[in-house]
Amino acid sequence: MTESTTSTAPALDQARLPGDLAIWVFILAEMLVFAVFFAAYAFARAHDSEMFNLYQQTLNRHAGAINTLLLITGSWFVVLAVQAAHRDDKAAIPRHIALGLLCGAGFLVVKVFEYAEKFGAGISLSTNTFYMFYISLTFFHFMHVILGMVILAVIWTQARKGAYGPGNCNGLESGAAYWHMVDLLWIILFPLVYVMR
Amino acid sequence: MQYQSQAVAKPYFIAAIGLFVGQILFGLILGAQYVLGDFLFPEIPFNVARMVHTNLLIVWLLFGFMGGAYYMIPEEAETELASPKLALAMFWIFLVAGAATIVGYLAVPYATLAELTGNNLVETMGREFLEQPLPTKVGIVVVALAFLFNITLTVLKGKKTAIATVLLIGLWGLAVFFLFAFYNPVNIVIDKFFWWWTVHLWVEGVWELILGSFLAFVLIKTTGVDREVIEKWLYVIVTLTLITGIIGTGHHYYWIGTPEYWQWWGSIFSALEPIPFFAMTVFAFAMVNRRRREHPNKVAVLWALGTGVMAFLGAGVWGFLHTLAPVNFYTHGTQITAAHGHMAFYGAYVMVVLMMISYAMPILRGRAANSNKSQVLEMWAFWLMTVAMVFITLFLTAAGILQVWLQRASDAPLPFMVAQDKIALFYWMREWSGVVFLIGLILYILSFFVEDKEEKAA
Repeated sequence: MTESTTSTAPALDQARLPGDLAIWVFILAEMLVFAVFFAAYAFARAHDSEMFNLYQQTLNRHAGAINTLLLITGSWFVVLAVQAAHRDDKAAIPRHIALGLLCGAGFLVVKVFEYAEKFGAGISLSTNTFYMFYISLTFFHFMHVILGMVILAVIWTQARKGAYGPGNCNGLESGAAYWHMVDLLWIILFPLVYVMR
Repeated sequence: MQYQSQAVAKPYFIAAIGLFVGQILFGLILGAQYVLGDFLFPEIPFNVARMVHTNLLIVWLLFGFMGGAYYMIPEEAETELASPKLALAMFWIFLVAGAATIVGYLAVPYATLAELTGNNLVETMGREFLEQPLPTKVGIVVVALAFLFNITLTVLKGKKTAIATVLLIGLWGLAVFFLFAFYNPVNIVIDKFFWWWTVHLWVEGVWELILGSFLAFVLIKTTGVDREVIEKWLYVIVTLTLITGIIGTGHHYYWIGTPEYWQWWGSIFSALEPIPFFAMTVFAFAMVNRRRREHPNKVAVLWALGTGVMAFLGAGVWGFLHTLAPVNFYTHGTQITAAHGHMAFYGAYVMVVLMMISYAMPILRGRAANSNKSQVLEMWAFWLMTVAMVFITLFLTAAGILQVWLQRASDAPLPFMVAQDKIALFYWMREWSGVVFLIGLILYILSFFVEDKEEKAA
């Protein structure tokens, strides 16, 4: 009897959902929208892969790679913030969130330069199907980075008030989960649109 | 009822039901005109009957929304309505304006009505669903603003619950997007583009918030499930609605002269529009299954479950059926659209207003629920109307598929009217389903007048 209780207790603990169930429903819905978008991209590309390959070469892959690094680093800082909350290191939480925010801001800056170059060259949603997808996908993702940063900013102000600790990190984990989604989507988007051919 | 001022909801509900009857009668006239072309001509031409049918629907749903809000807001805010007198004054203004508009449609030719009502000052008339003369449109804005002022003030002085906030956002959105009814540019592409901001962003945007809020309110009251749980669901539904519904407007921009990328945007986002409706179905059933008490008003719970299912079928499934651009290329403006329109409006908005009435009306009449006999009759009405609507939808879908085939997809496409003749059988069957719907509606009204003698004696 005792043995079975001790062996199930950690299992239950592992099965705990970090963050709120509602944010996970939201995350799944967001990912579904992107999944449909990615599928549409694949479908359109299959019809005219030569054209897609041709215009893909005009994209700035260095900017994309830097942005990938920025988002992964940002996610790493957010993980550190959650870990800090679990060991009740109240000062480290807002610091790491702020660093995560900084990475997000860096992403936006790089992206704005990339857009400026493309829009400056007269490229628009109506140029061709490849650019339509490139602009739509990256812009929707861009908006999600902004939303993720708004969420991080809210968490940052809460963390500065000392709102999070080992027993109370539901909000922090919910925001972190959303930020990881923004990261994950980019990790799919970048190879799909910038690299794969 | 908990607050005296909730009583102002009663005339709104009564007017809603009255206009609902009018809508159904004109629906039957229209249905007959599909197969008997000169039925009631020249007294009620097809275009006038159609205008009356759709306008009455919108107006009675607005009466239902306002009544529902006047009932719900004091209870949520835990305070009396800011001004019951204003609410009653607005009721009469709206009713008289609405009735005068319908009389105008029926009494004089539309062009004469436009001349008489100053359409030359601000040209707003002549567009589907927004046919109302200028004074009526201005009246709608005045009534909506007074109504919003009233309920917003009530919420501001009382408790601010999530359910009330969602309702307020929905109703404010309703008023704001109606303003596009006044914008009527000469360029027909731009005209259509913004016309949808009223039409689409109402029914696939802000109205869904009103629907979600009403549903959440009645589920809290009838199931006793924790408010926290219900509010979390509501947030999820609202978010899903907005993610899919706003850019989903693009499914109206396929063939009106807007850029091609709308075919992608519209298809992708609107393909996901069934999700919030599915969430509502799951929500309604999950809450009722987790209920902590048996509410005596069983029929209100039935409407709540019904709206969950029928909104998903009508708006979700039947919407998805023709929302992808390559499909819509063939189905655009056929009876498939009519099939979707009927079940979506019935499932989402008619049923939710009837749910609200079903829940609130007994309380407004001084009892927690109606007698068993009355509830059983209302349940008959529920099933007759709902099953009739399912058949109307199925017959119109069949008609639509045939129409697409005969008129557009076949190797030797037929002219419109020839194709119409060939699908007349389905129009007849739709008309008879409509008669069953009317019988359901009559039973529904009778259920208000049923008194259980035994219970009365006891």
